[in-house]
Amino acid sequence: MLKFQKNGLVKMYLNNLLGAADPIVDWELFQSSLWPMIQGGIQYTIPLTLISFTIGIIIALLTALARLSNSKILAGIARVYVSAIRGTPLLVQLSIIFFGLASIGLVIDPFPSAVIAFSLNVGAYASEIIRASILSVPKGQWEAGHAIGMTHKQALTRIILPQATRVSIPPLSNSFISLVKDTSLASTILVTELFRKSQEIAARTYEFMQLYITAAILYWIVCFTLSVIQGRIEKRLDRYVAK
Amino acid sequence: MLVSVQNLHKSFGDLDVLKGIDLSIEKGSVVAVIGPSGSGKTTMLRCLNALEMPNKGTIQFEQDLRISFDKMPSKKEILQLRRKSGMVFQSYNLFPHKTAIQNVMEGPIVVQKKEKAVVQKLAENLLKKVGLEEKMHLYPHQLSGGQQQRVGIARALAIEPELMLFDEPTSALDPEIVGEVLTVIRDLANEGWTMAIVTHELKFAEEVADHIVFIDGGYIVEQGPPAEILKNPKEPRTKQFLNRLLNPS
Ligand SMILES: Nc1ncnc2c1ncn2[C@@H]1O[C@H](COP(=O)(O)OP(=O)(O)O)[C@@H](O)[C@H]1O
Ligand SMILES: [Mg+2]
Repeated sequence: MLKFQKNGLVKMYLNNLLGAADPIVDWELFQSSLWPMIQGGIQYTIPLTLISFTIGIIIALLTALARLSNSKILAGIARVYVSAIRGTPLLVQLSIIFFGLASIGLVIDPFPSAVIAFSLNVGAYASEIIRASILSVPKGQWEAGHAIGMTHKQALTRIILPQATRVSIPPLSNSFISLVKDTSLASTILVTELFRKSQEIAARTYEFMQLYITAAILYWIVCFTLSVIQGRIEKRLDRYVAK
Repeated sequence: MLVSVQNLHKSFGDLDVLKGIDLSIEKGSVVAVIGPSGSGKTTMLRCLNALEMPNKGTIQFEQDLRISFDKMPSKKEILQLRRKSGMVFQSYNLFPHKTAIQNVMEGPIVVQKKEKAVVQKLAENLLKKVGLEEKMHLYPHQLSGGQQQRVGIARALAIEPELMLFDEPTSALDPEIVGEVLTVIRDLANEGWTMAIVTHELKFAEEVADHIVFIDGGYIVEQGPPAEILKNPKEPRTKQFLNRLLNPS
């Protein structure tokens, strides 16, 4: 009970309010666990999100173009890829890439394994978003491009994709926010990201509730901030998109 | 003849829309295309720059280019054909993510690979010609329909086509602003541009066109000078069409 006095009046009041003889919130543990979790976030959660999303978007664009192409083979490969990723759990995909491949002799470190799995996952889901946004650009835009003599590729890159990008930004930012949360699954393949840090400390201290709630709040803060930014971007886009 | 079209056919699935079109467009002349709704006017115009691929027939531009559609033409031939004409759409189809002047500059820069400073000047002059020098940095959604259509005309002119194609350029406009677009087209006619215009504005056609083409049921039923076609049509179908247009019941 000594630490109570050390931690100040407000906290004492809070704990008393909760009416616990044995405090529900262990402030010392809170302080000592917060930094490792944030560190896990900075070291792994954020890089994993950013790298996987970037690679994933590139895969998604190529996949969307393959599905829209005239080549039956390319379109077929793209369709099977998207269907396989969307039809299987992310946790299973992660396990195959890390544990599965390792068991047949192809050992990939945890972090790159996670990057591969999340990139492939984003690639499949975002390809559907990008494909739909390309198809949402009116046919007249292709025709206007062709009428001034553009090749298919020129019309695609100069006229269609810039407009499709505007359409796809709101759903893609949803995918990004989902990805931040999904990276917690990397904890199962030993990536010491935010959630795994909290698991490790919880395993030592048995304060599962407190540590997992802390982890949840940290994710919440990040995702809430991102959704505020998303709202701003969407408002700005709205202004320039023709109706 | 700048353009000679021979035996052009186009069908959509089972629907035969063009059943053998023969048409010549003299250099510097204005051809007005009239006919009932659904008769194939738009399809014919779009075949002229291969936005719609004809199934059969030939299109020839003077001695430069002769494309037969009896078999699928090459991509290169299609690009050559498209670069010979500028198209003005009924619904403008401006690029919404580009300003008025960027819309006009797009063709010369991307397609013709001209130098930016030169194109800038060209685009400014074209926008001045259509009366929009003050609006050139606005986006399409900031412009009225008539202004958008005038940008559309400047964009088509910018690639310096030999033939200008207009598909009912004023039919999406409110009546009070039809005039501002027709004025621009009239100016182009006076400057000697070769143009094919699909239109329902008979008075305008009579005044501007050198040649009127009446299409019905996938054929050119009758063609000739405005005085002949509009005042003394020979074919009963032409008479019927004009009667219905002039005396809507
Ligand atoms: N892309 C298309 N697919 C199927 N049918 C079409 C297509 N475009 C035009 N048509 C049909 O072809 C006929 C002629 O159309 P159109 O050339 O637009 O006529 P107009 O411009 O004279 O009104 C119509 O029956 C129309 O429904
Ligand atoms: Mg039409």
